[in-house]
Formats: sequence, C-alpha cells, structure tokens
Amino acid sequence: MKNAALKLSPSEYEQNFAELHPAFTPNSAVAEANRCLYCFDSRCMKACPTHIDISTFIKKIATGNLKGSAKTILESNWVALTCAKACPVDVLCEGACVYNERGEEPIQIGRLQRFAMDRYFEQGMPPLFTPEPKNGKSVGIIGAGPAGLACGAELALMGYDVTIYEAKEKAGGLDTWGIAPYKMMQRDSLNEVKLVESFGVAIKTKTRVGKEISIEELQKKHNAIFVGVGLASPTRLGIPGEQLAGVVDALDFIDDVTTRKWKSIDVGKWVAVIGAGNTAIDAATEAKRLGAEQVYMIYRRSEKEMPAYEFEFELAQNDGVQFMFQTAPKRVIGKKHVEALECIRMKLGAPDKDGRRKPVPVPRSEFKLPVDMVIKSVGQNIEDSFLSQIPNLKTKNGMVVVNTKTYQTTNPKYFAGGDCINGGKEVVNAAYDGKQAAHGIDRCLFSK
Amino acid sequence: MVDLSINCGGIRSPNPFWLASAPPTNSAYQVCKAFEAGWGGAVWKTIGEPVMNVFNRYGAVDYNGQKILGLNNIELISDRPIETNLKEIAETKKLWPDRAVIASLMVESKRETWHDIVKRTIDTGCDGIELNYGCPHGMSERGMGAAVGQVPEYCAMITEWVTEVSTIPVLVKLTPNVGDIRFPGRAAKKGKANGISLINTINTIMGVNLDTLELQPSVGGKGGHGGYAGPAVKPIALNMVSQIAIDPEIKLPISAMGGVSTWRDAAEFILLGATSVQVCTAVMHYGFRIIDDMVEGLTNWMEEKGYRSLDDIRGKSLKCIADFGDLNLLYKTTARIDESKCIQCNLCYIACEDSAHQCIDINPKEKHNNGSVLTINQPKIREDDCVGCRLCFIVCPVEGCISMVRKDDGSVTMTWNELMKQLPQPVTWEALRQFQAKHGIEIH
Repeated sequence: MKNAALKLSPSEYEQNFAELHPAFTPNSAVAEANRCLYCFDSRCMKACPTHIDISTFIKKIATGNLKGSAKTILESNWVALTCAKACPVDVLCEGACVYNERGEEPIQIGRLQRFAMDRYFEQGMPPLFTPEPKNGKSVGIIGAGPAGLACGAELALMGYDVTIYEAKEKAGGLDTWGIAPYKMMQRDSLNEVKLVESFGVAIKTKTRVGKEISIEELQKKHNAIFVGVGLASPTRLGIPGEQLAGVVDALDFIDDVTTRKWKSIDVGKWVAVIGAGNTAIDAATEAKRLGAEQVYMIYRRSEKEMPAYEFEFELAQNDGVQFMFQTAPKRVIGKKHVEALECIRMKLGAPDKDGRRKPVPVPRSEFKLPVDMVIKSVGQNIEDSFLSQIPNLKTKNGMVVVNTKTYQTTNPKYFAGGDCINGGKEVVNAAYDGKQAAHGIDRCLFSK
Repeated sequence: MVDLSINCGGIRSPNPFWLASAPPTNSAYQVCKAFEAGWGGAVWKTIGEPVMNVFNRYGAVDYNGQKILGLNNIELISDRPIETNLKEIAETKKLWPDRAVIASLMVESKRETWHDIVKRTIDTGCDGIELNYGCPHGMSERGMGAAVGQVPEYCAMITEWVTEVSTIPVLVKLTPNVGDIRFPGRAAKKGKANGISLINTINTIMGVNLDTLELQPSVGGKGGHGGYAGPAVKPIALNMVSQIAIDPEIKLPISAMGGVSTWRDAAEFILLGATSVQVCTAVMHYGFRIIDDMVEGLTNWMEEKGYRSLDDIRGKSLKCIADFGDLNLLYKTTARIDESKCIQCNLCYIACEDSAHQCIDINPKEKHNNGSVLTINQPKIREDDCVGCRLCFIVCPVEGCISMVRKDDGSVTMTWNELMKQLPQPVTWEALRQFQAKHGIEIH
C-alpha cells in the first residue's frame, strides 16, 4: 500500500469495534420484556422469517424463565444469537411491533433475544433438546453456514447421521466471517456451531467438496445432500487496474476484521468503497474504524436506489463516510499500488427490468479520486464452477432452482437453501431454509 | 379559588392530605420536614407500650417491573419512649400551629392506663387522638391493635375510656381484617368517637424466596404475616370506606387511607365520603415531595370541574352505590372496536375466545403502509353475540380503541329485585329464559 493509515492504539481499536448495541442488564431486560404487550398471534412472529414465537420468549424473560426463553427461540431458529445481533430488525420483527402503531418505540426484540441467548451460552448450553434414536439415514451437508447448520441441527434431532463439509478452517460461514465486530463477535457464531455439534453433527472443516472429498464419494456416503454453499467469488469490476495492489474484495476485508487482529490489517489512508449494499457499508465503516482518514462510497445510482438499509446508511454517515452517488469507477490508476481511482459521473436513465432507473455515464465528467485502497463490494457470484459438478442441477440466474416446499433441487438427491438459492439474503432467511430443507429431506427419504 | 381546607371531626387542616401513622411520622424531624413540604397534617407514629423491632421489616410486591405495588411491614409501634414522643409532638405543634398534629395511641387494655396516656397526650397541645385498633402483627398477640379492632365490644369499651376523658377529637382507626367493617365502625360510634380512620393494613404473607424457600422478608429464616398496604389495597379500602360512609348508624367523618398514592386516589376517596386522606406507602417509596403534585393536581381538577371546596365533592359518588339486586338488567352494551385505532395485538380476541363468550372474530384485512400492502388480522366483534362483559375493553392496550356502546334506549328498566316480585317464586330457568327472550337477550 502506498499510503497506509496510521495504526491505532489497542484501546482505540477496542473502542472503535465495541458493540453498537450493548447487551441488556438483567434489570433492563426484564423492564423491556414487561413492556411487551404479549400480543396473540403476534405480528412480530409473522414478520420473522423463522417465525420465532417472540411474545412467548419475551414473556419468559419477564418471568425469569430464561432457559425456557432460549428453548422457545431455538425451536424456530438455530442461529438465533447471530440473528439477534445481525438481523435488520427494523424491517422485520421490530418493524412489525404494534407499538409502532401506537407511535411508541417498538419492543427491542433483537436485544431481548440476544439477552436470552447470551445467558444460554454463558451457562454452557444446558441441554434443551434430545435427538431421536438413529433412523439409519445419513445426510451430507456442503457448507457450514447458517443454512447448513440449521439443516444439520434439525436433521440430527430427527435421528439422522449428519456430516457437514466446510472449506474454511472454522464453521459458521458468513456468521463467522462476514459480520462486522461491532455487530457481533466471531465467538457468538462459534458458540452456535458448538450447539449444533452437541446434537451429534460432525463438522469437517478445511474440507472442500470437489477437492478434499469428491462429489462421487459424498453421493456414495449419504442418502441425501444439502447444498448450503452460499455465494462465492465476488463480482469483478471489469475495469483496468483491478489487479493492482491495494484493490481488495469487501468480504475478504471484513473476514480479516472479524479475526480481531486489527493491528495487522493494512488499510489505506484514503479509501474508496465501490458499491452501496450492506456489505459495502460494513467495509466502509470498518475501514474508517481501522484508522482510514477518508472513506468514499462510490455508487452508480442515487441515494434512493441504494440497497443498504436506512440504519446502515446512518451508521456510515455518522462514521464520517463520504457518499458519492451517481458515480461509477472507470479505472484504477497506479504503477504497482493503487494511487487513484478514476470515476465518471452518472445520470439516471429509463427504468431497467428491475424497475430501477439505469445509470448512464455523463460524457466528459471523468475525475480522479486520489486513494490508496479500493474495496470492491458489487455483489458475489454464485459458485458456478462447483455447482456445475453436481449432475442435473438446474440453476436460474446463477441461483439453484428448488421446490419451494421441500427445497429439493432438480437432482432428487440434492436439496439446497440459503444464499445459493436466493442470491444473497439475510442470515435469518438461510436459517429458515436450512430448517425447512431438513423437513423436506425427511419427507422425501421416508416418503411422507 | 379552590379551598382545600377540611374539618375532620373537629380536626382542621389546610389541605386533606395527612401522613398516616407509620414510619414517615416517627419523629419531629420527619414531621416538620413533611409540613415544610406542604402536608396538611400528620398522625404521629403510634406511641405506647415498650416494644422492640426486628430487622428486615418490609416486604414488597413488584409487578411487571413496577416496584412496590404493595408494601408489607412487621414494624411495631414507635420504639421510642412515650416521653420522647410526647415532647416532640408538643414542639412540632408549637412550630406548626396551622397543621393537624394527631397522636396515635395504643396501650394495654386498662381503663387507668388509657386515661393516663390520653391526659398526657392532650397536654402536648396536639389536635386530636387516633386510636390504633388496627395493627395486625406484633401488638395484636399482646391483646392490642387488631385484637381490639376485631371485637366490636372491646372497640366500643376502649373508645369510651378515651372519650370520657378526652377534650380533643378522637378518631378510631379500624382494621380491615374483619368480616364486616360496619360492626367495629358502629362500635366506635357507640364509644362516642368523633371520626373513623380506615383502613389499617391487611394480613399478608408477601412471598416465598424460591432459592432459600424462606418467607420474604426473612428474619433469620423465620417470618410471618405482616400488614399490607400500598396501591394494591386501594380498591379494598374504597369499598370499606364507602361501607362506613353509607351506613345509616355511623354517620361520622372519615379519615380514609389505603393505597392513596396520587391526588386522583385522594379525590376518589373523598367522592366516596372521606374528609381527610392519609398517605404512607407512596411517601415511603418517593418521599414527602409527592405532596406538591397531590395538592396541585387536586386543585387543578377541582378548578376545571368548577368545585370550590371539598364539601362540594365529598360523598358525591355514594349515590351510585347500589346492591346488585337494584342494578338494571335491561341496561345493554356491546363492545365495539375502532379499527382506525386498533393495533392488531389481538389481546381482545384471545381474552374473549378463552375467557368470555367467543364473540370476536379475526378477519384478514389489507393494510396500506408506505406504498406496500400487508395482510393483517383485524379483530371484529359480533355485536349480536356480545354479552357486554367488558373484558376486551379492559385488556385493550390502546386508549379509545374499544368502547362499550349502549344498545338499549332506556325505555324499559328491570332490576333483579323487581323481576323477582313479578315472577312466580322460586324462580325457574324457564321463566328467566322467557324474560330474556322478550327483551332480546340471548345467552349462548
């Protein structure tokens, strides 16, 4: 890197990456729990993609039945701590809370769920679920992200032999590697991995299917296979200079930050983040918190079309990230290292097939942005090369096609869920897919 | 201009708010501080026989995160000698001539002992005496407090011993731990009391600690019933106060207490016949400073309603008290939901479905919200089936969302007592059903 940002002191790093939403104290949790109206057939429950019985788990916090509260939560969602911290609650459960209708602050469902789950893990995961006797069937799961973990937990409790194959050295997928530390810590995700393992699920890390183990072997070993591989290679910008040192992928950058070895991460003094999704925001905010002096967000469309959630946008603005809307990168300039990013102004043309107005370059509006680092966050491609190894697996727009009820793919032995079937949604959607797919597998294997 | 001054059986004070005989009135320091804050009167913590207190005296009921819904105590009467208390009463009265200073007394049940303490009390210059016939713990086992209040004959006898020597007004404080509050009330009247104070505290065990399995509070592993007070007891006190107020045999001024925490509570007690109101638990929770809002709130309310003095409102709601047999059976209401206010919590639905008469349906309804359409569950009352029980109205968390709408036109009325005079006796289900059918009442 040509100009790296100055390293911060350990206490500055700790402060910058401290959790945005601190945990409830027992008193404040009970006070908040008591504020819940205990709605019947509640709207928050319906708004939750995993349909956690929210008012019931909150009531249990109010009565001091924390173990019961954790059980209610886990019955619907196996990665509930991650969801408690990383879910966009404003647009899901808390957004649906009836208090909004009364013009009052909604119940802080995310923080309450976290309170119950934190206690559960602090107490060493007292057993709440007993697996059924073994049914003699075996399921292999590719990918130990939230979809795979949820599918594995559910199947193991039904009596299946479950093995999860994970390419990375730690399980958890993006829960472990892709969430900003000020939202949640890596150990939270690893605790959820431990919980799933406690049901007898074997997780083989550093085992990439197609490399350490072949597809054929997998098919021989297991009665069914669940694909929860998520998305893989980040989309290329396709502009000159993309190979220069100092051009990084947002997910790799975030991945480094979750290891908490902040001092060893090089971040430019001036940084450009390309894209304006929630991952882009995380990357921009993290760069700023690592000590970058100036962080620009480069986005082709206007603020209105920006895919990031409102609260993410606010977070970045509060961190001093500078948004450059209707601006597209044209080339990265530099000899060996990034020295500048050439951009061009865009105007919005006619709506495209998604209904979003298509950005069109404004002629002769190029300008140079002096930066030392470019973080790319323009989406991920589906792992096409891997998926093509699976016989008869149909994809559409890069996404695996599944039966919406059973999650069975066009290859009847294979089931799939999570980002690889939806193109990249929330953890909570993956958790739901995984669980539903487990039941789909069960129905198919036992012809229910 | 609103006049809050009162005369309760000969005891005058600039406002109706008195501190009850309790820990807040333990000393001259406290009472003077309370008067400084604006309290109209104070009933001194009961003085009398030698006692010694234990530690861990108080217990409380918290509910849904709210502290001290009810407060229980096993503290005894004043644990300071009679001389000290009388001296401080005299000093306090001298400093605060316009406030009501009332001495609460409790001594052994001997005529001479009572005569002696009454005379010494009068010498302090205080405005009145309150006889503590109410303490349910500690003293009652020694034949005092509630042991007197629970036996009308003792109550009358001791009151008479006091009134035969007292030159100042005497109030008798009643215990609620009786079957019918009117009997000790009538006994006080018989003993020539000038007024009645009620209610004292209610016998309670506050709870069991689920870790130690001991009672709470626990005094070295042991505990027992204490006297319960605070917001939770207010409805019990309102009932007992009104019973004393409407009893034709009693007709004495009432100093009411039991869960008075705000000016609203005070106004309710006064509307049911009280002259002064006494406060303890709310002060124990928040301090003397609450008097500011009590005086101001009551004054503002009276001004808004056009009342000039407490005489204008005293007992004004007593005329509404009726026996069940005199209630109009043909006064009909139905619950109605204002869908524009409904937040779809469905608490009304589940309450009606599980605990009432299954007359709320949930219908899917489209709701437009910032351009997006979502389907919500809209509860709706089947008014023809609604028995007007009011449960949904009570559980609804949105003010003004569910209302009880009158259905009859008031042209026909019939009370149970009237109906029983019309129908052949003993009344049969068939006869009742015919009456209901005639008036469009269907019990399903």
